[in-house]
Amino acid sequence: MNVEINNISKYYGYQKVLDNVSFEVKPGEILGFLGPNGAGKTTTMKIITGYISMDSGDVSIEGKSVRTGETKSSIGYLPENNPLYLDMPVVDYLRFSAKLQGVEKQSIENRVREMIRLTGLNQEKHKLIGELSKGYRQRVGLAQALIHDPDILILDEPTTGLDPNQIIEIRELIKKLGRKKTVILSTHILPEVEATCDRILIINKGKIVANGTSENLRQQAEGKNILKIKLEIPENELVIGKLRELPSVEEVIEDKNGVTGKFDIKSHKGLSSNREIFDLCAKNNWPIVEMIPIETKLEDVFRDLTMN
Amino acid sequence: MDAIWTLTKKELAGFFDSLTGYIVIVAFLGFTGFFTWLYGSDIFIRKQADLVVFFSIAKWTLFFFIPAITMKLISEEKNTGTLELLLTKPINENQLVLGKFFAAFLLVAISLGLTLIYYISISFLGKVDHGAIISGYIGLLLFSAAYIGIGLFASSVSKNQIVAFLLALFIGIFFQIIFDILGNSLTGFVGKLFDFMSLSGHFDSISRGVWDTRDIIFFLSICILGIQLARENLALRK
Repeated sequence: MNVEINNISKYYGYQKVLDNVSFEVKPGEILGFLGPNGAGKTTTMKIITGYISMDSGDVSIEGKSVRTGETKSSIGYLPENNPLYLDMPVVDYLRFSAKLQGVEKQSIENRVREMIRLTGLNQEKHKLIGELSKGYRQRVGLAQALIHDPDILILDEPTTGLDPNQIIEIRELIKKLGRKKTVILSTHILPEVEATCDRILIINKGKIVANGTSENLRQQAEGKNILKIKLEIPENELVIGKLRELPSVEEVIEDKNGVTGKFDIKSHKGLSSNREIFDLCAKNNWPIVEMIPIETKLEDVFRDLTMN
Repeated sequence: MDAIWTLTKKELAGFFDSLTGYIVIVAFLGFTGFFTWLYGSDIFIRKQADLVVFFSIAKWTLFFFIPAITMKLISEEKNTGTLELLLTKPINENQLVLGKFFAAFLLVAISLGLTLIYYISISFLGKVDHGAIISGYIGLLLFSAAYIGIGLFASSVSKNQIVAFLLALFIGIFFQIIFDILGNSLTGFVGKLFDFMSLSGHFDSISRGVWDTRDIIFFLSICILGIQLARENLALRK
């Protein structure tokens, strides 16, 4: 199902937490929602689920506004911090969730079994949720979100508190689910977004500051190639002068530790300096021993967009 | 309706899983039984086959126990964040509060149901005014419904159960005794108004077997008002 967010704004008192936010998510797409703490990620998710309302704008799911309250049953939601009834056994809790989600009576047991299998909870199914470790609780949270086979999944920081193996398992699960469903997940773990999401949305101070695939974002944000090179030369000065004269080169930075022949070369936006540098070095007989292109990391993009 | 019943069952099962249910029942039977049968102006001293003592004790026991039952119903959901899970499922605030209401009401009804043993026992002891006793029980149920409404409202105000408990008692004490006292000490319209506001006054007349639709309407209004305010409180999060 299509999720369309149209110009939503939200105030908490006088503080504007969401400022005219619009975006769209399509079925089969996993959208990563990134942003520093307090940027408005959780608020946006709560609005999509209908838990809180917006002050202006609208969210529509397959053309139906969330204000009607009729969209709730097509959404599976894992809230931040994964609240659960700790004094309930896992199976009872899943049955309870299934009933509230309006799963038909005869298929409840099937769905519960299916979820237990999917999330690997078989050993723990009769334990009280309070007795489970954080990783298993997270699985219970995910199981309850999926119990009614929703078309839309909204996961608020689904991998916090999990160990590396569990993180990979959950990511795989999300990817698998994301093939058919519309998935929105928020996180501030950047490698997670690159690993799981098809598209990234960066939000800062209630505004969307970037929207695109991780490669898109890298290009948008930087666009400047950085090249680390090492030359076998007796002294720097002459070489730096020559390098700076190259048309594609914007800046040449000497090595911090003062190693002769080691430079970071920044080229002008949209240009690549590799070839010119090579030609120059070849002409002057400066042997190149290292030449490493440096990719802009998503971390840098994120910092660029969200630090002011 | 399905959703309400699902919530009610879950909550009721929760009472018994957490021992709250057993404690409430045992303590309720213990208190009322002690005063009805063993102590003070009990049945054997009064030499009357009626449940007047039971009804007046039950009135006070329920006054203290109902806030203990209702205090966690909404506040705990707020505190742990499970409220968000419930309200993002296809149920609304109304269904949620009603589900909780019926759970508390059923627990009280079960406790009261067990005291029917007293009724059966006294019916062997002498001639019983069945009408008075039945209307006493119905009175107790209505009285409980009103206090559960107040308790639910109190529980919706705070994330803290103790605050919810104390607030329910604080509101309750007005309906239980303060309005009564004011009604007796003041004259004219104000006095009558306070007199009418007293829940225990309305209960006393019902438990004597005197029915007045105004009594019933008053109990139900307090109950519905409490539920409605709790509902509004939940909707405030938006």
